[in-house]
Amino acid sequence: MINSGDTAWVLICAALVLLMTPGLAFFYGGMVRKKNVLSILMQCFIIMCALSIQWVVVGYSLSFAPSGGFWGGLQWLGLRGVGFEPYTDYASTIPHQAFMIFQAMFAIITPALIIGAFAERMKFSAFLVFTLLWATFVYDPLCHWVWGMGGWLRNMGALDFAGGTVVHINAGIAALVTALILGKRVNLEKNTPTPHSMPFVVLGTGLLWFGWFGFNAGSALAANGLAVNAFVVTNTAAAAAGLSWALIEWLRNGKPTIFGVCSGAVAGLVAITPAAGFVSVIPAIIIGLLVSLFCFLAVTVLKPKLGYDDSLDAFGVHCIGGIWGALATGLFASKAVNSLGADGLIFGNPKQFTVQLVTVGVTIAYTSVVTLVIYKLVDLFIGMRVEEREELMGLDLTQHRERAYTVLE
Amino acid sequence: MKLIVAIIQPHKLEEVKEELYKIEVNLITVSEVLGHGRQKGITEVYRGTKETGNLLRKARLEIAVNEEFVEPTIKAIIKGAKTGETGDGKIFVIDLKECVRIRTEERGSTAIG
Repeated sequence: MINSGDTAWVLICAALVLLMTPGLAFFYGGMVRKKNVLSILMQCFIIMCALSIQWVVVGYSLSFAPSGGFWGGLQWLGLRGVGFEPYTDYASTIPHQAFMIFQAMFAIITPALIIGAFAERMKFSAFLVFTLLWATFVYDPLCHWVWGMGGWLRNMGALDFAGGTVVHINAGIAALVTALILGKRVNLEKNTPTPHSMPFVVLGTGLLWFGWFGFNAGSALAANGLAVNAFVVTNTAAAAAGLSWALIEWLRNGKPTIFGVCSGAVAGLVAITPAAGFVSVIPAIIIGLLVSLFCFLAVTVLKPKLGYDDSLDAFGVHCIGGIWGALATGLFASKAVNSLGADGLIFGNPKQFTVQLVTVGVTIAYTSVVTLVIYKLVDLFIGMRVEEREELMGLDLTQHRERAYTVLE
Repeated sequence: MKLIVAIIQPHKLEEVKEELYKIEVNLITVSEVLGHGRQKGITEVYRGTKETGNLLRKARLEIAVNEEFVEPTIKAIIKGAKTGETGDGKIFVIDLKECVRIRTEERGSTAIG
């Protein structure tokens, strides 16, 4: 039975999640040098275009058509049979296409998150091919395993409310792999890049926080109490994490920064994502407070020590935050919040923690290997990295023949 | 006293600064400018319309120095900014008539450093 309230809510949430990708574009765009800001905005926007098409033609079927295999089935290619009646195994009160378009927005933002790792040095043509292959061979299968009917991680009982594993750990680990093989930006030690527009970073964070209500509360797929729970814990975790990052900076560096609060808020949103439909508000505060500590250590201690150039910390925030969120779900999940979920470790069910660990491990293993293979293939045929001369001049001029800001007039 | 004006590639600014600090030239003014020499500028495209010969972004350094610092400063700028490609920029050396430190009203070569 279609419920008009639920349908309206899910459609609005789909629009909210779409807005996260332009939000991410500004979040990342502000962090790069001004010669590269358009390349970031362009990469985010072309993903909105390319993945929207990929999703309705093949992606949705490969991810969600019932099947016990590697991918979903092929019966929903081109949305054949995906109509306006509910498909009750996924969402019983909204049209099947409403569920499909809500999921499309997740498929769009996930590859966009990886951009942070290879910002300022990847060839646009190679990026586009890499992204389409990655969506088809990494996102779609993983999405099927965790969320699709017949998916083996779903059958094992893995809890991932809104995409901590499928979206954040997945994109974050792909980010680490690409940053490692692509290598550092030219002259990085002598010429440490400074974010060119902090107000853009703040604007992007605001749009992400706003859109994330659609991401998490929309994942209830109904306008009900569970959606309200997800909404409340999402806001709470983001707030706790923003506060906590500022405090860490205050203690360690003497001054809190707006960049820090923004990084913290995003880390908090990442960490609460898998847990939003399973935990209550006090665990959300703990998840938020701790995620900033883990991510802060990842970007300020781990990254310099290991020496990879994850330009905008896609790994440090999304993968580390995502892993903490997935494990925290195994700790704090409670059937009192969601009777369809499970109890976590502190509610007497250590098995759930193990299941969460296995899911994280599988994601890291699968995504890193396949991302590496796709990277090498595209590198062989197209070449991933721009020439040094192009990198120095900036990707805006060399990849797109545009520049973001004029100097005179 | 001389005023040294250098036009360099923006991404070479950090290295030039580093070389200048090594010879203890710490007082510099930097601005963002547009220009081109033998590079002939670049082509940009906006909604299908080509704009050729657009100017390239450069950094402009102004450094006032006493005579004994002129050669070391020039050498430091070259060391930091040279790649051997067109577009590396130029250095201009101009006679400087007077220099006044506003805070103390000192004049001449004592006001420079």
